[in-house]
Parts: sequence; structure tokens; C-alpha cells
Amino acid sequence: MKRCRHSWFAIVLVIPCVALAAGPDTARQGEITHLVRQDCGSCHGLTLAGGLGLPLHPEALRDKPKESLVATILFGRPGTAMPPWAPFLSETEAEWIVDMLLQGKF
Amino acid sequence: MRGWVPFLAFLLLVLQGCAQAPLRGTGDLGVVIERAAGSVEIVETSGRTVLARVTGLGDLSHASLNFSRDARYAYVFGRDGGLTQVDLLQQKLVRRTLQAGNSIGGAISQDGRLLAVANYAPGGVKVFDAATLELLADIPAVDDAGKPSKVIGLVDAAGNRFVWSLFEAGEIWVGDFRDPRRPQLRKFRNVGKEPYDAMVTADGRHYLAGLFGEDGLAMLDLWNLDAGVTRVLDGYGRGEEKLPVYKMPHLEGWAATGTELLVPAVGRHEVLVVDQGNWKEAGRIAVHGQPVFVVARPDNRQVWVNFAFPHNDTVQVIDVPSRRVVHTFKPGRGVLHIEFTPRGEHAWLSARDDNKVLVYDSETFALVGELPADSPSGIFFTHRAHRTGL
Repeated sequence: MKRCRHSWFAIVLVIPCVALAAGPDTARQGEITHLVRQDCGSCHGLTLAGGLGLPLHPEALRDKPKESLVATILFGRPGTAMPPWAPFLSETEAEWIVDMLLQGKF
Repeated sequence: MRGWVPFLAFLLLVLQGCAQAPLRGTGDLGVVIERAAGSVEIVETSGRTVLARVTGLGDLSHASLNFSRDARYAYVFGRDGGLTQVDLLQQKLVRRTLQAGNSIGGAISQDGRLLAVANYAPGGVKVFDAATLELLADIPAVDDAGKPSKVIGLVDAAGNRFVWSLFEAGEIWVGDFRDPRRPQLRKFRNVGKEPYDAMVTADGRHYLAGLFGEDGLAMLDLWNLDAGVTRVLDGYGRGEEKLPVYKMPHLEGWAATGTELLVPAVGRHEVLVVDQGNWKEAGRIAVHGQPVFVVARPDNRQVWVNFAFPHNDTVQVIDVPSRRVVHTFKPGRGVLHIEFTPRGEHAWLSARDDNKVLVYDSETFALVGELPADSPSGIFFTHRAHRTGL
């Protein structure tokens, strides 16, 4: 019985961490991946190797601060063709995109 | 008995020959780009079927193609810089070359002998022998200050010329390729901020580049280069705030109806009407979203429009004489392209996220066919082989 209580305690502690690290749930991750490949891809290339927009491969992004990458996704870059995606993505989702981009996972 | 063997062998060969290659023309053929799979479908528009799939074409996001002048071959320009020649009759890949790191499209010369490819990285135009894909000319897009640009809006023009624009530099270049290894260039500078795509009118006379960095179009009269570049629809937004643009409009399919040009407005839910007589704005048509392709039916009576994300599930039909939207429908998710059959009885639409190509009757708007395709984008029919600018 004691053991049991311990494991519950552990799970309660672990859940928020998992949620934070994982960002959007699996279904939403699928939607966002599709959005990144297809809609970001219409300027940045389906393989994100760049087009009218800059390449989004990890080596192209690595030296840029993460917060500014998140801000670029959410608010666009005025004076360029990069539009704001805040109407379609939350901040957590934009952070998740940046993490995935930096790991080359799209 | 033994005497029969050669005869039977002969008969077998004859029958095999019959089974393999029935004679056919290419006038009702077309190619559908399967952007994610790196493949193309060869389709026919008479029975509305898929004849074959050809694979191994690389990254085909934003791919486009041109047809050889005999309409037997398709030259497919891939995003990864691949240039692939596909035989529509033998249904196979003939030649393929990786000619740049990142490209956007191409054009075939008036005489059908030259292929030009517009490249983003390294930015420039490369010209190839259409028969062998041998490189004949390489023209980097570097402005006078030594700054490289991406090349966009490459089209063919009379006199074996190609015309293209430089995105960053804001220039239009005209290349005369009558001697393909020694092209003669003429450069027009300061045409406007960030030309993002261009088209040439069906008669091949006017080259129009849409500007992203400002409201308006840059126009060059190819019959009179000395007149220089003039501005059309200057400041059509009149200082209004543009909406964010989630997909650049495409100008290749711009509808030139003879007396009027229908143009997608950048960052606005509007199609602009330009009078081709005086090149002034003749009206605006409010539409469902930001237009991407504005495509005229071959008789110019209708114009079909698809839209940028997040409105890319919808297509609208504009009646040109009344300038009114007469039909709005949702063919599927991610409608990327519209192509009419040569005489316009049907419109073929690609629904990327539904993995389908849909065929609509252009009079009744009824769905008359549906073909499976893997993430389809561009649809190209062979009558383009005989049109300038396509």
C-alpha cells in the first residue's frame, strides 16, 4: 500500500514535466508538422532548405536566439514577406516548432 | 511441325509489339506534380484517368514544368534544382540533372531548343539544350553593386528571348539567346521593390512583374524595349494596411481576357481588374480570401480563383462580363492549382491534403471526375506547349 502511494506521488510530479517538454499533444503535433512542411514550406521549401524564405535547417538557425525565432514565428518580420502566425499558433506551439527545427526534426 | 516454330515466334513478337505501344497523340495528356513524393502522374483528359506514375524527381515542392514543342516531353523544374525530362508516351524519366541548389521554375524558348531555369541559390539563370540538357549559358543574378539576387518570373518571349526579374535588386533582365552561348543582355533597373513573380501576356508583348515590396506592377513592352519599364496600378492599396500574406500569389496563370487583365491583389481579399488599353485600374472584385491563382477559362468568360492559407479549401468563379462571383465551393483541403482542359469544358483542381485531383464541369460546376494523387500541386496540360509564357 505504501509503495503504491509512492508511485502515485512520482507520477504526479512527473506529469507536469512531461507536459512542458512535449508542448502540444500528439494530434496537434501532427497538424503543426503538416503546417510547417506545407505552409511554411511554400516559402521555405518542403524540405525547409529555403526558397523565397531563408533555409530553416538547424545549422542556419543555431546562432540565433531562441526567443527571437519564436517571436519571428508569432509576429512575423515587418518589412519582409514573413507573416505573423500568432492567429494560428500559440506561444507554446511556436516554441515547440523552434525546438523541432533546431533538432532538424521536421 | 518444326516449321511452325519461327512463325509462332514471329507472331509472338508482333502481338507483343501491339500490346506494348498502341499509337496515340499527346494532345489530351497532362502531368500532375506529386510534391511530397517527388513523383509525377501522367494523366489523360479524355477519359480522365491516370496513365502512369514516374518517380525519382527529387523535391517537387513548388515544382513547375514546360512541355517540348512536340508535346511529347515534360521538363520538370524541382525546388532542389533538379531538371528532369519525362517522356509522356513511354511514361518514363529520360534525363535528369541537378543544375542548382534551389530553383523556382523555368521556360522553354520559342524554337523549343532551349530551356532556361530560374534559380534562387545560387541566384541566376541557366540555359540548357532541350535535347541533351547540356549547359549552354550561365548568367548569375548579380547587380552592379555585386549583390546576388534570387531570380523569379522567368518567361519566354519572341525572338528566342527569355525575360526574368531579380527579387532583391528590383531589376528586369531581357536575354536574347539567338546565339545561346553568347546571350545579349539588357537590364532594366529600379523597376520597383521586390518583384515576386511575373507573367507575359498571351500575345507575348507585355511582361508584367508583380511587386511585393510596394503596391503595383512593373511592365515592360517587349515590342519596344526603349520605352523602358513603366508602372501599372501604382499604389493600388492607397496606403491601406496590407493583410499578412501566407502564400505568395502566382502570376503565371494571370487571366488576360483580351481587353482586361485580372490580377491577384497582394495582401488583400481582392482581384484587381486592369484595362489593357490604358493599363489603369478598371475595378476590383471582392473575393473570399487572398487570391493565389487567377485563371481564365480559355474562352475568357470565366475566371477561377483559389486562395492562400487559411482559405485554401475554397474556389470561386468570377463571371468576367459582370465581374461578379457566380459560384463559391469547397472542393477539398489545400487546393493548390487550377488547370483548364484545352477548350475549357473542365477545370482540374488539386486538393493537396485530400490526396485528390478533382475535375469539374465549367458550365454546370458539377464534379465529373476524381483521381487519386499523392499531395498533388501543379497540374499542367500539353496545350501549354504551344503558348508563349507557359
